[in-house]
Amino acid sequence: MSSTVIRAEGLGKRYRVGERERYLALRDILTRALRSPLSFFRPAQSELMWALRDVCLQVEHGEVIGIIGRNGSGKTTLLKILSRITRPTTGSAEIYGSVRTLLEVGTGFHPELTGRENMYLSGAILGMSRREVDRKFDTIVAFSGVERFIDTPLKHFSTGMQMRLAFAVAAHLEPDILFVDEVLAVGDLEFQKKCLGKMEEVSGSGRTILFVSHQMNQIRRLCKRVLWLEGGEIYRSGPTAAILGEYEAALGCGQRNQNQRSTGTRTKARFVRWQIDGTESGSSNFLTTMGAVTIRVQVEALAAIRNGLHGAALFNGERQLMWGWAKENVQLDPGLHEFYYTFPTLPLRPGPYSWQVSLWENGKVLDMWDCVPDMIIATEGHQHPQDEWNGILNVPCQFEIRGGN
Amino acid sequence: MRAYKDTPEILVEDSALSPVPSATPPLSLKQFRRITPRGGLLDLNLREVWDHKGLLYFLVWRDIKIRYKQTAIGAAWAIIQPFMTMVIFSLFFGKLARMPSEGLPYPIFYYTALMPWTFFSGALQNATNTIVENQRVVTKVYFPRVILPLSAVLSGLLDLGISFLMFIVLMLYYHVHFAWTILLLPGFLLLAVATALGVGLWLSALNAIYRDVRYVMPFLVQFWMFASPVAYPSSLVPERWRWLFGLNPMTGVIEGFRWALTGRAKPPGGLLVASIGIVAVIFCAGLVYFQRMETTIADVV
Repeated sequence: MSSTVIRAEGLGKRYRVGERERYLALRDILTRALRSPLSFFRPAQSELMWALRDVCLQVEHGEVIGIIGRNGSGKTTLLKILSRITRPTTGSAEIYGSVRTLLEVGTGFHPELTGRENMYLSGAILGMSRREVDRKFDTIVAFSGVERFIDTPLKHFSTGMQMRLAFAVAAHLEPDILFVDEVLAVGDLEFQKKCLGKMEEVSGSGRTILFVSHQMNQIRRLCKRVLWLEGGEIYRSGPTAAILGEYEAALGCGQRNQNQRSTGTRTKARFVRWQIDGTESGSSNFLTTMGAVTIRVQVEALAAIRNGLHGAALFNGERQLMWGWAKENVQLDPGLHEFYYTFPTLPLRPGPYSWQVSLWENGKVLDMWDCVPDMIIATEGHQHPQDEWNGILNVPCQFEIRGGN
Repeated sequence: MRAYKDTPEILVEDSALSPVPSATPPLSLKQFRRITPRGGLLDLNLREVWDHKGLLYFLVWRDIKIRYKQTAIGAAWAIIQPFMTMVIFSLFFGKLARMPSEGLPYPIFYYTALMPWTFFSGALQNATNTIVENQRVVTKVYFPRVILPLSAVLSGLLDLGISFLMFIVLMLYYHVHFAWTILLLPGFLLLAVATALGVGLWLSALNAIYRDVRYVMPFLVQFWMFASPVAYPSSLVPERWRWLFGLNPMTGVIEGFRWALTGRAKPPGGLLVASIGIVAVIFCAGLVYFQRMETTIADVV
């Protein structure tokens, strides 16, 4: 027996363009008034933009709903309206139950306070009572994995540690309805898995969750239904599998967006797409095996290329070069070609990586592409438990002790 | 522009698609919220502020905790600030200008005024900046925004308490005795808090929209101090201007502090009534204005 906990009708939010980014200074108003005295008495002729438009939705108790859409499609605005951070311009919504919102990790953290103090402060800001934090204190600290530093000022924490602590607090909220905006993208992969597990646990406990994410595998794992926003309106909504399939096809996952800035003329040749060979669409950038792996890069030659030079490079998230390689004397006839790179293993520590491929002729760059999306290495880590001793390689190691009596 | 859709898609997959289904609240009605474009004029939600008293406590606690972090002498600053000002005032306004002091030693005369004044000017400035300083929190989490200026004002009370310790020392040194009137001190303190909060509500909301407010503050505070009987007794003000003088609520507060703490000077009779009246107006109007601005603050700050 389900019951409606959120019902929104005709929700819309209009911003004056620029209003959101910039506050007004009296000076601006005065100069505007001086330039055209009459306009002072009329509402400013600034451009209006609907960040959200005519959104109707109904959410039943216990549902977990994924919200997808491009940047600027109104996902966050929708969450902000439903959590009362901002008011809608049109429409109305009714909400039954206590609401907590996670738009950002670490809201209200203060660098001068210790980890422990920040836990209480951030808990209070997110809507947890002091007693609630007291009760969950040990669980939160254990979840964050920063036990040893809990009485150190936050400013001495690494960014990763701050994020872990912040998420640990947030993950222990117990509202009836939870709004989550893209916050699971924090920390290393190990921690992300932990967060995702926690989210699954929370969603299994009968809470209603609205969940914004760009990571389709997260949505797949957590949500039964998906809401696809486009230009501030609901473009599609329905069962996860169907909507995500359509969404990924529309985005062209792994495919090159031709508007993207790049080096090179791209008149003779251009890179089109990349993927990990043998994977299905939607997770074609996820590497989950320590075994052999083949990367496939598609290139379109618009004219014949003689004496070409092809380069490939792999960078980690901090833009450190992991591996670089080049092949001389590349001959390409006009048409579509595919480059295959096969590695016996890619023993890199889990995390995001990016490929860069380039094609040169006679010392001139024809095309250079920083491949999107990033390659996410999501293999099992074989490393030191502390981040700072992880290193960059992920090598399974046989260890044994010999000798003695 | 996108074409308007006649039939907005409702996120209902296979359940009943009736356009206005009647919701059956699974939880108590206390948790029910209705989100609309604009709230009513008197939609003050004071009940919700009360529900967030835990947050208020932690914000006050945070302000106090970090105020003197990384300072060498810490909370001693709460004494040094009014004390040094008192020394300067006693020297220049007292010894040099021979300002009348209602028969009190100059240090006592000035310190009684500087305690509420230091609290007020600090609270006012903190309250004015609080929304801008907590911009990230304001745009990411919902809570009644009035908590922010409220906590900024309340966190100044500890400093006032510390500076009062110094006052006890001064009283002993000059052999001035506390009078029974000290029992009325909390009333004057409340008036000071209400004044700081009432004006702070206006200025913090204005500051979120027009950052000019920040630059006006130093002048405002300085001007306000000279318009209050900090450096001189209000008896110096000509009789026929007294009513105008009384429109400044800090007049009532400062005269009240002097009278309540020493029992000398004159009780601030008519002045006080005017002060209380004007504070009530500023405070209520400030609350309404702030609540109206609250709905747009997250968009413009």
